[in-house]
Amino acid sequence: MTGEIVLSAIVPVHPHPLLVPEKNEGWGLLRQAFTTLRQRIIDSGAETIIIYSTTWPNIIGHQLLADPNPKWTFVDADFHDLGSLPYDFQVDTNLTHAWHNANERRGLSSRTVNYHGFPVDVGSVVSVSLLNPDNRFKVAIVSSNIYANRSETLVLSKACLDAVKESGKKVAVICAMSLSNRMFTEFIEPNEDRIHSLKDDEWNRKILELLEKGRLEDIAQLSRQIHSQIRVQKVVSFKPMWFLSGVNGQTNNLKGEVLAYEALHGAGGAVVLLTPTENSAGDKEYDEDDAEVFSGDRSVLEGIEDRGVTTTTATSNEDDSNKDTAAINSQSAPKPVGAYPHARKVGDLLYLSGVGSRTPDTDEIPGGPCRDENGISLDYDIAAQTHMCIENVKRVLESAGSSLEKVQDITVFLIDMDRDFATFNQVYSEYFVDIKPTRTTLAINALPTPIAVELKVIASF
Amino acid sequence: MAPHPPHLVYADNPVQNEPKSECGWESLRWAYERMRANLDEADYDVIVILSPHWQTYVGTHFLGLPNFKSKSVDPIFPNLFRFDYDIDIDVELSRMIHDEAQADGMVVKMMENPDFRVDYGTIVSCHLTRPQWDKPVVCISSNRANAYYSVEVMQEMAAQLGRATSRAIEKSGKRALLLASNSLSHRHFITEPEIPEDMSAEHITSHHLYLWDMKLIEMMKQGKTKEIFDIMPEFTEQAVSESDGGGFSWILSALDFPTYPAIVHGYGTIIGTGNAVVEWPAEAAANAEVALRGD
Ligand SMILES: [Fe+2]
Repeated sequence: MTGEIVLSAIVPVHPHPLLVPEKNEGWGLLRQAFTTLRQRIIDSGAETIIIYSTTWPNIIGHQLLADPNPKWTFVDADFHDLGSLPYDFQVDTNLTHAWHNANERRGLSSRTVNYHGFPVDVGSVVSVSLLNPDNRFKVAIVSSNIYANRSETLVLSKACLDAVKESGKKVAVICAMSLSNRMFTEFIEPNEDRIHSLKDDEWNRKILELLEKGRLEDIAQLSRQIHSQIRVQKVVSFKPMWFLSGVNGQTNNLKGEVLAYEALHGAGGAVVLLTPTENSAGDKEYDEDDAEVFSGDRSVLEGIEDRGVTTTTATSNEDDSNKDTAAINSQSAPKPVGAYPHARKVGDLLYLSGVGSRTPDTDEIPGGPCRDENGISLDYDIAAQTHMCIENVKRVLESAGSSLEKVQDITVFLIDMDRDFATFNQVYSEYFVDIKPTRTTLAINALPTPIAVELKVIASF
Repeated sequence: MAPHPPHLVYADNPVQNEPKSECGWESLRWAYERMRANLDEADYDVIVILSPHWQTYVGTHFLGLPNFKSKSVDPIFPNLFRFDYDIDIDVELSRMIHDEAQADGMVVKMMENPDFRVDYGTIVSCHLTRPQWDKPVVCISSNRANAYYSVEVMQEMAAQLGRATSRAIEKSGKRALLLASNSLSHRHFITEPEIPEDMSAEHITSHHLYLWDMKLIEMMKQGKTKEIFDIMPEFTEQAVSESDGGGFSWILSALDFPTYPAIVHGYGTIIGTGNAVVEWPAEAAANAEVALRGD
């Protein structure tokens, strides 16, 4: 059975509703809203709660909590006088590891963390404590990233969805976040709490109005404006709506319910429930890019990428299931056109994804494409394409520390065997006559881009 | 100035928690060694540290119980840093600084929850400065006024806190070692090499950050700290500096803007960020004062 996200929600991060709900009416209402949300999660049949936490900022990609039983006592940096927050919950380690693998498949840097005493963040602790006090659900928690932007956060959400589907489970997704996040910079009495400014309040209400209509993707596309209008740049900018909309397929096809909206030391705290529905609230107002794989190199400056290759490997403690597999992306080969790396190392072998004849960087096809945009066949140069194809294979191999000489097996795909085989074979032999890998040649209907030849390669090191 | 890269202390590896990162970041560890050697000659009663990793938005906070004992696990580099700490607090001096700052109109609070975990910046800087852990510590939080208002507001608050700190120390009669736990430029790499200690991958993130760091270091060496204070907004913004946490401004103010040369024990990068271990020796301060008075 395919897993699915049956419910999404946003919840506030500050500990007041958990620790001192009786001291302020609004904090009490937020507490009640958490309780209502918990009941709705139970009713939805969800087995696992996924938390995207804005109060867990990361630097190297994203981290996933993989300790099967995180247990500690948390104390808030600011609100330590309200009390301590002990936690003891169960992580859905299967889903977490599947998500980590999906992250890597989609080109993201990802790490699972399984260390005794790892500091679970305030947003996650508050969510877990109020939504899952009896450990009825298992939990999966992912960090945010201080440098990540929309494309990376969106790809993270797609990897999450990959893992959820694979798990076969019903899952609830929670974003632990503030709306406006400006707090009072002085100590206040509980009865003095209110949203810090009228402007913050107006924006918060606008966001809630859209969410109530289920217009999640519209809100996601306003993330940058929201950030500039009502968010203090603490550690991370405003990105949870990108994640939440991503796991919901980037649509407005949701039913929204605002369960509470109150001030938490000046910040905007809301509990909002979103359930998938067939009836769209309407078309999206805009349509932004829809990245499937994160191929962005945010290292704009010279850096460790100089060697032309990035590898991402599982580095979690007590988890060696991924030690021998690493996704490899070469910066000198044409960009992948789907959710796959250029190559994957497994044991002593290197498996390459299908390599075509596009020119790296420009995507141009030497000698021209084999069909135009309307699918009409064009004349093309199979010799030039074969050369480029093999050069691309060479680039990926060398980026991964292998070489053409170490190719063991090749599968050749040609779109026109009668027309192209002889010329192809001639060019091929220029490279491989001495290397002599095993080879299989197939005629196929078409390739995803307008190229005429593609190679599938397995090499050693 | 005592930066806190966890990379310099691989905590869990040897049980005694001594640094053991093989083939990495030696120059910064040697810098700390040199500073420790100098400090061994100095006689001091207490360490007063401001760390940017105890981040408070509502005022400035001080650890207010005599002892904190727990395990610190770095939230960003848990693979590198897990440290059992046992830290004694000079609550008396903490409260004196708190009271001085409060009397001056600052928003302050004592942190008296025994379950509180001390931040990893404090622990790394204290451990690298005094691995014996035999001096009591005053831990001051980093108020994020930079995020809420501006670098200028942050600086004014940090300077005010610096003055309160020095007044309180004077009144206490204690000899204090001040630590500003921050790096200089602070743009990280966003990937980590497969072996974290792979030094072929370690260098400053970009040349312009290096130039900023060198400019600041040169100014510290020349005793131009008032001038540093004046360019702090540009530096903080353009070098994405960890001075945004206020520690750098605080220490300069608490030392009353040294005009004597700082000793730069070393400079190195940690996943692309620029770190310097810098000492303003008390002896030089005393000499400078004598020269000023002319006796
Ligand atoms: Fe830091």
